[in-house]
Amino acid sequence: MATETRTAQGASVPGGSSFSLSDPTVRAIVYQVLVVGAVVLVGWFLISNTLDNLARRSIATGYSFLEREAAFGIGEHLIDYSPKDTYGRAFLVGVLNTLKVSIIGIILATIIGTLVGVARLSSNWLIARLASAYVEIVRNIPPLLQLFFWYALVSDGLPPVRSALNPLPGVFLSQRGLIVPAPSDDPVWKMMGIALVVAVVVTLALRFWAKARQARTGQIFPVGWTGLGLILGLPLVAYIAGGAPVALDMPVLKGFNFAGGMVISPEFFAILTGLTVYTSAFIAEVVRSGIIAVNWGQTEAARALGLPSGPTLRLVILPQALRVIVPPLTSQYLNLTKNSSLALAIGYPDLVSIANTTLNQTGQAIEGVTMIMGSYLSISLSISLFMNWYNKRIALVER
Amino acid sequence: MKSGILAAAAATLVVFAAAGANAGTLDTVKSRGFVQCGVNAGLPGFGSPDSAGNWTGLDVDFCRAVAVALFNDVNKIKFTPLSAQQRFPAIQSGEVDLLSRNTTVTLTRDTSVGLNFAPVTYYDGQGFMVNKKLGVKSAKELNGATVCVQSGTTTELNLADYFRANSMDYKPVVIESNDEVNAAYFAGRCDVLTTDVSGLAGTRAGVAPVPDDHVILPEVISKEPLAPAVRHGDDQWFDIVKWTVNVTIQAEEFGITSKNVDEFVNSKNPDILRFLGTTPGMGKALGLDEKYAYNIIKKVGNYGEIFDRNVGPRTPLKLERGLNALWTKGGLQYSAPFR
Repeated sequence: MATETRTAQGASVPGGSSFSLSDPTVRAIVYQVLVVGAVVLVGWFLISNTLDNLARRSIATGYSFLEREAAFGIGEHLIDYSPKDTYGRAFLVGVLNTLKVSIIGIILATIIGTLVGVARLSSNWLIARLASAYVEIVRNIPPLLQLFFWYALVSDGLPPVRSALNPLPGVFLSQRGLIVPAPSDDPVWKMMGIALVVAVVVTLALRFWAKARQARTGQIFPVGWTGLGLILGLPLVAYIAGGAPVALDMPVLKGFNFAGGMVISPEFFAILTGLTVYTSAFIAEVVRSGIIAVNWGQTEAARALGLPSGPTLRLVILPQALRVIVPPLTSQYLNLTKNSSLALAIGYPDLVSIANTTLNQTGQAIEGVTMIMGSYLSISLSISLFMNWYNKRIALVER
Repeated sequence: MKSGILAAAAATLVVFAAAGANAGTLDTVKSRGFVQCGVNAGLPGFGSPDSAGNWTGLDVDFCRAVAVALFNDVNKIKFTPLSAQQRFPAIQSGEVDLLSRNTTVTLTRDTSVGLNFAPVTYYDGQGFMVNKKLGVKSAKELNGATVCVQSGTTTELNLADYFRANSMDYKPVVIESNDEVNAAYFAGRCDVLTTDVSGLAGTRAGVAPVPDDHVILPEVISKEPLAPAVRHGDDQWFDIVKWTVNVTIQAEEFGITSKNVDEFVNSKNPDILRFLGTTPGMGKALGLDEKYAYNIIKKVGNYGEIFDRNVGPRTPLKLERGLNALWTKGGLQYSAPFR
């Protein structure tokens, strides 16, 4: 409303003296319009010029190739895929493979990184030195070399498929990767999944209720133990109720390779291990810096108030350490995700590898590269959004 | 290994920048003083640097032939080693003037990739190599095999097609760099290595720890006519590359070699006089020196010489002429007439 009133007043001033470059507001707007206009103009020139050049060389443009048959094979896929499927679906397979290695990698790197970071602060001389050595060695070797190392370790270090190591019944370790028995298809697995989701939801609700009650009455409810019981117990109940099936899909050596079971391929192993180890060294330093950043006086103050050591860590140290840890941790997560494009070098079919094959078969390099850029941008922004939300949540709230 | 992406990104930028710089490759190359030629980084017999850093190979020799046609000097070239993935952005963007990198002629590449192909310099086909220990005698026995393949080639497609057509399963291990693909195969990661038969022969001769442990299966599952390529939009440059290849084939047909070419300069055959530029006209039509064909033969040799020197029976690759014999000897190598 206020703006409208001002505009109306401005318009009523006679002689048009309201438009003057000496007015800072007007000047700011004019400059912004000019800058935006220039950016749009340059962008338009680049795009139209590119299209023009491509057309002159009769190079195909556009994304319609995504609906054509891809006709190439992919070694690992989370969703059904065969060469009969489209380029679009092949690309989706690649995106899912990237997400798979990124998500598992982020979880593992966080766990290892936290352990190493804490270990580096340990008062035990040996543990602290080992952790330091780990960090200094791992973070100072380029990730690509580490990938080659892990990949060579599997392909040169393990026996050929026909003389695979067989440490446990049904478990085989060879140059074709780690093959383990998989549970046979059974409706009970779905039921257990549903039970798990229910347990998580109930635990969250319980936590909400317990907090409210504590605020009201001061009584503490053991949410942790109850939640753990629910999350482990409910799926177990579902499993027993479903008849507790024990049938396993056992891998058998058939012809060139094992049939059946679940496979962890050497490529996946190498990229996952390489990224996890590399990133965990950086995360260890982030964690260490976070813990050091909290003044020792905080611990002493908490003790003086009579808090036991568990709540001291949980309620006093960690909330302050996390404020320091989370922003650089976000960068490390983003790095891990983007470094997964190195998979190309060791044959893990991530989105870059598949987009590369696509752009080579179709010759549409610009489209392929924009798709790769778009995918990484979306994944990275999603991680960034989530971490920013989390960062806000754990920020110090001043009352 | 990200270089493929980098090249593509760089190409994107160059395409942005290269407005209108399309025609006149001949003038550009002449004023620059050397030809930029895209070759394979490490395929023995076709394109690879030797221990002294000199590029050798069949594809390399056709680059040299073009350089001789223009400058009468086999060294006025800058070789750019390209991976399978880098090669198209490199030629599209003008980073190289000529792509001579065992590239298969296909419809898509001729049209939507925007290339023009010179005559075929090597008729090839895709095959499979396996370790003798597996006891496999035919590609039809490969159901369930793990196959090592380089990314960004027609090979990936033929492989999928062949296994689909024969209702067999396979597991591809797709790696960008040729060296890494070979390393994975020889380490035992895959049962099968697949690429063009000439490439398999080169790899077996040059990379295998024990060449005799590996056998190339008899099935040839595709047609792979390999040819030099230039980009769309410059017919004069295309003509020069095309007729440079033809010179080597025609010379072999005439029986002219690098050793005896001087004896033909004053031949009685008017066809040969026209061909070698003693009777002027042909060179001018191409915008080249009248002696360009003479120079190519003198400095690089005829097709048979190039073949024998790089991939023939007396080289480690031990490839027979086969389809690559002259048409007069039951092969496919045939040059349009120089008239």
